[in-house]
Amino acid sequence: MAVTSPRRVDVLVVGAGPAGLAAAARLAAAGAGHVEVLDREAEPGGVPRHCAHGGFGTWTRPLTGPGYARLLAEAAARAGAVVRTGVTALDWAGAGAPGAVGLFGPGRPWAADPAAAGEFGAGVPDGAAAEASPTRTGRPCERTAAGTGPCVSTSVPLAGSGTGRVPLGSGSGTGPALHVVGPGGPETVEARVVVLATGARERPRTARLVPGTRPAGVYTTGELQQAVHLFGQRVGTRAVVVGAEDVSYAAAATVRAAGAEVVALVTEHPRAQTGRARAQTARLCHGIPLLTGTTVAELLGHGRLSGVRVRHRDGRTTVLACDTVVFTGDFVPDHELARRGALALDPGTRGPAVDGTLHTSRTGVFAAGNVLHAVERAGAAAGEGARAAGAVLDFLAGAPWPDPGVPLVVEEPLRWIAPNRITPTGPPARHVLRTGAPLTRPVLRIHQDGRLLHQERPVLGTALPNRTLTLSAHWYDRVDPKGGMVRVSPA
Amino acid sequence: MTVTREGPLPGRTYDVVIVGAGVVGCALARELARRPRLSVALVEAQDDVGQGTSKANTAILHTGFDAAPGTLEAWLVREGYHRLGAYAAETGIPVERVGALLVAWDEEQLAALPRLAGKAERNGYGETSLLGSDEVYAREPRLGPGALGALHVPGESIICPWTTTLAYATQAVRAGVDLHLNAAVAQAAWQAGHHLVTSRGTLRARRLVNAAGLHADTVDRLLGHEDFTVTPRRGQLLVYDRLARPLVRHILLPVPTARGKGVLVAPTVHGNVLLGPTAEDLDDKRATGSTAEGLAGLRDKGRRILPALLDEEVTAVYAGLRAAIGQEDYRITAHPEQGYVTVGGIRSTGLTASMAIAAHVTGLLAGTGLDLGPVREPDPVTVPGLGEALPRPCQRPDLVAADPEYGVLVCHCERVSQGEIRDALAAPIPPRTLEALRRRTRAGAGRCQGFYCGAAVRDLLERGLAQADPAGRGPSGKGWP
Repeated sequence: MAVTSPRRVDVLVVGAGPAGLAAAARLAAAGAGHVEVLDREAEPGGVPRHCAHGGFGTWTRPLTGPGYARLLAEAAARAGAVVRTGVTALDWAGAGAPGAVGLFGPGRPWAADPAAAGEFGAGVPDGAAAEASPTRTGRPCERTAAGTGPCVSTSVPLAGSGTGRVPLGSGSGTGPALHVVGPGGPETVEARVVVLATGARERPRTARLVPGTRPAGVYTTGELQQAVHLFGQRVGTRAVVVGAEDVSYAAAATVRAAGAEVVALVTEHPRAQTGRARAQTARLCHGIPLLTGTTVAELLGHGRLSGVRVRHRDGRTTVLACDTVVFTGDFVPDHELARRGALALDPGTRGPAVDGTLHTSRTGVFAAGNVLHAVERAGAAAGEGARAAGAVLDFLAGAPWPDPGVPLVVEEPLRWIAPNRITPTGPPARHVLRTGAPLTRPVLRIHQDGRLLHQERPVLGTALPNRTLTLSAHWYDRVDPKGGMVRVSPA
Repeated sequence: MTVTREGPLPGRTYDVVIVGAGVVGCALARELARRPRLSVALVEAQDDVGQGTSKANTAILHTGFDAAPGTLEAWLVREGYHRLGAYAAETGIPVERVGALLVAWDEEQLAALPRLAGKAERNGYGETSLLGSDEVYAREPRLGPGALGALHVPGESIICPWTTTLAYATQAVRAGVDLHLNAAVAQAAWQAGHHLVTSRGTLRARRLVNAAGLHADTVDRLLGHEDFTVTPRRGQLLVYDRLARPLVRHILLPVPTARGKGVLVAPTVHGNVLLGPTAEDLDDKRATGSTAEGLAGLRDKGRRILPALLDEEVTAVYAGLRAAIGQEDYRITAHPEQGYVTVGGIRSTGLTASMAIAAHVTGLLAGTGLDLGPVREPDPVTVPGLGEALPRPCQRPDLVAADPEYGVLVCHCERVSQGEIRDALAAPIPPRTLEALRRRTRAGAGRCQGFYCGAAVRDLLERGLAQADPAGRGPSGKGWP
């Protein structure tokens, strides 16, 4: 596609949200060379651009989302990073793997652990991965700086003795490269390091398989906030908000800010998944009913939405008359580039699998922010971006790329954990995880091959779905690097 | 060029009025536009062309290998396959000749394959071949376990249904056909000419063609005919994200047996994967909703055919209503005494057959005594390149260099640029709603469903409409916001 030879930079950050901007700011300030941040939107800042409410910044310096976005963008630019907006990273170039988009198929370096291959690739016929990712089989070996490194992509045993992990070389001769496009036309940018900070989005009505007609008036929070706060568009007059977590209450506030009425918040869970004060303010001060144990069964109306049919856990259904419905939460990572680059994904988060210092399965590619865990608060994403910058600096200084390490997995009703690979590069500041069902006074137990490594109370009260749970990482020294998967189970 | 959306209809008497701007009505309008001496109007109840059944089909260009031999449908599908294939190449309508596999999952289906190959022969299609299980998996490695064999039909192709209808209509309008939207026919009277009473006033015509699809029986009754009844047969479909596209290479068709038809899995020219359709006989011609049972049933069947598909994101769920009339053939009837032709019972093959139907109906009109006059080929049209087989506009350095707006992406999932949206808004038949814009550009059709781009796309649409209509009436009521 590219008509000119690749342009070279030292670090290419994809995504100018909190994680990407924080990573770029630290890297540029530390003298990592030419640090460039790409964002496909017209303005940098990511999701906070359209969160026209408080809760950003620090106790000493509270900010709204747009204020926070501006602060981060200015900091990155001041440090010397080049922030290019309106520029989209389309695909990987050269030895990358355009089209290699399988979800959890075997055959990736980080799925090479026999146990992991079973976990990641269940039900896929042998050979299917090679077929699905045609470029994998024909991909030339990535050489280490010394030119003697092993081939990372073709000779990984899919099953075997358990020693199938491949040492990955450091600082590859040719770094990763991306095809990008903007108003200046397409070009290829090659970098010594790529940091993926592509963020997350809410799953829309279609992906949630909500039946019914296809009327206008169906939103996600992201679209609603942009419509109201960035474009001043009118929304309907009566809105049902699907969800009762923090983002759902933010959506309700946006509906009200647009001059419309919130008919109800609807959640399948037995209670709201937000702070008590917030839930009570909505209910008592704004008179917004909360329907718990309730799902949206059908959208009604031709042309414009006329109502939603909801079903209570006990089987009763009723129609809420409304002209607008907002599907909130149910975040998923924006993992298209990760998949196109054949990065190993974590089956729980559906984002790239990363170790404690945010290395992905592909040499020279780091990831940070909500592409790893959909979603944490902006400040957490920014903090992670800064941490990734530290690991990037180490790599640029010659630190080797880590082995695939030991997978870290969760058991039901836990849904996912991040980071989710344990390598010798060091532990993360903490892990974040989610539960799919409420857990009263939970204890998290960490086992490897039947051996209890650690146990910890993540919260004192009840752990709720859609709320952040954290787990420390000071038990990493007890992990056997040659052992099987490390499992986190609630008790 | 005349495209009207409101106000009274012209008082003139047209040589031919076509009722229904679906794929068949638009194809006929285009065919009649080749006859410059005729004055032709296309009237449509909805606010855009291709808004009914034509927008919600399986997007396949059929060879006609499995039609009932000897029927009108078999002939028109076979003929239409070649005509539309050539027209697509000329206009840029995306077509991919991926071929179909009819996969047998049990002994009964396996036994049916040679019969289907024989039927294909009788339909004049001799390129099928029987594949053993190994060959099937070599061709489709992600297929679920248990496939016993397949019939390979290499000519079966996938096509863009939206730009097909749009190309026909655009070419017709450019060549002088009047398109009147938002004009639902309420009454029809024949008195030395047709008087159609529509929601926008009366329209007069010397000849009338009923291409009203689902409503063809209603229009037929207005003319005094009780020949058939349309029973809408709903087909629900799931559209999977572009990231699922590498999972499948062919159109995976079910083997029809006595126990009914299964569902298909097919790639689309837009880079998605389709799973469906259901087949539910209904009474309500507006029942274009999906149901929990329908979707669950499709997912169960899809899980067997292509297990990995179920892990991918669904980017659209839609339901189309086929105009079933209780017979396994089209029902195209001329009533010369009334100067009237009915095009009824055009089922899911109508997209493929559309150009052949148009030629056939033109012949029937001539048979009613209409002097068609000389042929003059209309100016060629080029449709927006919505296909994934060729580079999208943003990936073409020449295009972006000449016009940087093609490098400004608005819809990121589908890589739709500001330039493409601008072009659609400036086209002869511009979109008035987000849905109409989506069919012309794919904007908003991707996995995020507008999370990132919805507000920006709406902003461009509203500005475009305000420019076209400074009085500020904004988008037509149906689509707002």
